[in-house]
Amino acid sequence: MTGPLPSPSSRMAASSPVRTLLLWCPDWPTDAVAAELGLAPDAPLALIDRGEVFACSAAARAEGVRRGLRVREAQSRCTGLLVLPYDPVLDHRVFEPVVAAVEQIVPGVQLSRPGTCVMRARGPSRYYGGERQAAEALLHTLGSVGVAGAQVGIADGPFAAEQAAKLHSPAEENIRIVPAGSSPEFLAPFGVELLARPELAALLRRLGIHTLGSFARLDEMQVRDRFGPDGVLAHRLASGFDPSDVDARVPPADHSSVVEFEPPLDRVDQVAFAFRTAAEEFVARLQASSLVATAIRIEVSTENGDSRSRTWLHPRFFTAGDVLDRVRWQVQGAGIAESGLNSAIAKLRVEPESVDPAGNHEAGLYGGATDERIHSGLSRVQSMVGHTGVLTARIAGGRQPSDRRILVPWGDLPPGGEASVRASQGLPWPGRVPGPPPATVFPERRRVLVSGAGGADVAVDDRGELSAVPVSFAEPGGKPGAVSAWAGPWPVTERWWDAGGRRLNRFQLVDESGGAWLLVLDDSGWWAEARYD
Amino acid sequence: MSLSVASSRPAVFAGSPVPVASQVAELQARIRGMQRTRIDSQGLPTSPGIAELLPGGVLRAGTAYSVHESTSLALALLAGPSAAGAWCSVVGLPALGVEAAAAAGIDLDRLVLVPDPGLQWLQVTAALADVVTVVLARPPAALSAAEVARLGSRLRQRGSTLIALGDWPQSEATLRVSDDRWMGLGDGHGYLAARRVTVSVTGRTLTGKPRRKQLWLPDAEQGIRPAGLAGVPAVRPVPANQERHEMAVS
Repeated sequence: MTGPLPSPSSRMAASSPVRTLLLWCPDWPTDAVAAELGLAPDAPLALIDRGEVFACSAAARAEGVRRGLRVREAQSRCTGLLVLPYDPVLDHRVFEPVVAAVEQIVPGVQLSRPGTCVMRARGPSRYYGGERQAAEALLHTLGSVGVAGAQVGIADGPFAAEQAAKLHSPAEENIRIVPAGSSPEFLAPFGVELLARPELAALLRRLGIHTLGSFARLDEMQVRDRFGPDGVLAHRLASGFDPSDVDARVPPADHSSVVEFEPPLDRVDQVAFAFRTAAEEFVARLQASSLVATAIRIEVSTENGDSRSRTWLHPRFFTAGDVLDRVRWQVQGAGIAESGLNSAIAKLRVEPESVDPAGNHEAGLYGGATDERIHSGLSRVQSMVGHTGVLTARIAGGRQPSDRRILVPWGDLPPGGEASVRASQGLPWPGRVPGPPPATVFPERRRVLVSGAGGADVAVDDRGELSAVPVSFAEPGGKPGAVSAWAGPWPVTERWWDAGGRRLNRFQLVDESGGAWLLVLDDSGWWAEARYD
Repeated sequence: MSLSVASSRPAVFAGSPVPVASQVAELQARIRGMQRTRIDSQGLPTSPGIAELLPGGVLRAGTAYSVHESTSLALALLAGPSAAGAWCSVVGLPALGVEAAAAAGIDLDRLVLVPDPGLQWLQVTAALADVVTVVLARPPAALSAAEVARLGSRLRQRGSTLIALGDWPQSEATLRVSDDRWMGLGDGHGYLAARRVTVSVTGRTLTGKPRRKQLWLPDAEQGIRPAGLAGVPAVRPVPANQERHEMAVS
C-alpha cells in the first residue's frame, strides 16, 4: 500500500468524471416535517421508519439521538423527543418547490433524494463567471424560498461532490470547491464507510485498508477478481473516477390550481362559487395533456395561517363539478372532524395526486354507460347527505358480526386498502359464530334482560360454567318472556395482553315469539348484539 | 318386458326429484319475467323460491312491495335482481347485516347503503330510484299520501322497484312472516342453523284469503327455498363439549 496514487491520465483518460455541483440541505426530512406541521425549527424531532430513527433534527442530535437507534433508546436519551413516522411522500412534496426554484436558474437538475440535488457545474460556472459565483447564486435562490443552511460541494463526479458538500459543519463556510483533477487526493483520507457498502467496508477494515486512498491504490484487476463488478464500482468511486453522470430530470408539468381570496371568505357557498372557474380550468388543463385525475389533494389555508389538506379519491375521474363538491365537503368539514376551520379562508389549492391517461377512461361507444349513470346518481345523493352518507360495504374478518363489516364512503378505499380487507377475510378466525349470519347487526349494542328461574342472575364463572339456566328474556324495551331455546356460553378472549382487548361470552337465544338473538355477556351485563330477523 | 320398463322409468327421476321441480319453477319464473303481464310492467329476474310467493309469480319493475318484520325476507327479494347484475340500494337501515346480505346472494359490489337519510328520506329514495333497480327502504312514519303518490309515479316512470320495510299504502303485495321456527338450537346446546317460516301474502290483485307458503329462510346451506315435502334439512349436530370449550384467542 505504498505506491503513488494513480494519475487520471494513466487510466481511463477517455472517461474523465463530470464536473459536478451538489446541493445538500442538512436535516432535510425533519425540516420538511417541521415546516409542514408548523413545529418550531429547534424542536427535538425524530422520524421513525420501521422502528428505527431515520432522521433527527439538530436539537435531537445534540441530546445524543443518532440515525439507526431504536425508538426506546432515542427516547431515553432525549426525554422531550417528538417522534413521528417518516413519510417519504411528504418529504418529496415539500422538496418539490425547492427543486423548481433551482430549475429556474440552473437547467438540468437531478433529484437524487429529497434534500439533495445534483447538476453539472460547467454551464452555471460559465454563466455566472466562476464556480463559486454559481454556488453563491444557488444558495441565494434557496434562501429566497426559505431554505437556510444549505451546503454546496463542487468536485469531479457526484460522489466526490457529495463528500465535499458534507465535509464541514454549518458554522464554517458552506461552499466547498475541490479543484478539477484533485478529487483523488481530496477523497484519499476519508474512511471506507463512505462507500455506503457496509459489508465491503467491514471486510476492507479487516484487511487493513482503512481509507479510500489505500483502497484506490489496489490494482483494479485484483479488485474485480476479489469483489466483483460492484467492488470495481466502489473502487472507481474511491479513486475519484466516478463513472456516473448527472441524469437531469424532466421538470413535471404543474397542473395544480391555486386561488387566493382577497378579502378572505368565510362562507362555503362563496368559496364554492369563487372556485368554480378555477376548477374548470384545472380539469381543462389536465385534459389538454390528455390526462384525467383519479385522486386530488385539496389544501385550504386560512386567514390566521392555518392550513389543512386532505386527499380525495374518485371511483372514476374528477370532473369540474366533482372537484367543486370535494372543495365544498372539505370546507364544510363533512368528511372528517379535524378538517373544520375556524377562520376565514384565504387560499385554496388543488393539485392532482394521481393522474391517468384519459384514454383509459373513455366511455365505450355502447355499454359502459350504466356505471356512469350510477355514479352521477350517487354523487347527487352524496351532495344531499354528505360524503360519508353514501356507503359501500365489504365483509372483513372478525369474531363478532359488528367486526365483520366495513362501511366505506362511495369512492373511497377501505382503511388499509382492499388488500388488507381481503387478507383479514382470508384468516381463519376461530371462535366466530357458526350458522347463518344475522340480518340485523345493531350499530350500538342494546341492553337486554336475561334471568334464570326465580329471577336468579345468569353469570359465567372463570371456568366457563353457567350459574343458572336462562329461562326469562326481555328484548330491548320489551316485557320479559320465556326462553324457548338457547346455547352458550361461547367465550371470546381477544388480545388479553392489551388494554384494548376484550373478554366476553356469547349466547344464541330464541324467545317465546320465535325471534332469535345473538347475545353478549360481559362485565357490564347482558347485551343484544344482533338479531336474526 | 313392459313391467321392467315401467319399473325403470321412475328410477330415472327418483334420484333427483327436487332439482327437476326447482328447475321447472325457475323456468316458469323466467318465462313470467319475460312476459309483460300488463302494458306498463315488466318483471325483474326473481329467485325461484321467492317468485312463487309473489302475485304474478315475478317481482315487477316500477312497483312497490311491503315486507313486515323480516329483514331476511326483504334481502331475499333483492337477491334475484342483484345476482342478475342489477344495482341495489338500502336506505335507512343502519343495522343491516352486510354478511347476511352477501349470504342471501346480493353482490356487495353493486350494493349502496344510505344508512341515515335523515329528513331527506323521500329525496334520497327518489334519487336512488332513478339509478338503481331495487331500493330497499324503511319509510318514515310520517309520510303524506301525496308524497307516497309522487314516489309511486317516479318508480313507474323509471321502472325501479321499492321494497318497503313496513307499511306502504300503494304496495303491489304485502309480505308478512309468521310462525318462526328455528332449527338446530336446543336447550343449552347446538346453534341456530335453519329457520322455517310461514310467509303470508296479501295484495291488490290477490282476492280472498291471503296466500300462504312455507319457506326455509334460510335452510342449512344458507339458501332460501320453499319448504315442501323435503322435510327437515339435515343439521349437523355439534358436539356439546366442542361448543362449550371453543376458546378464541388472537
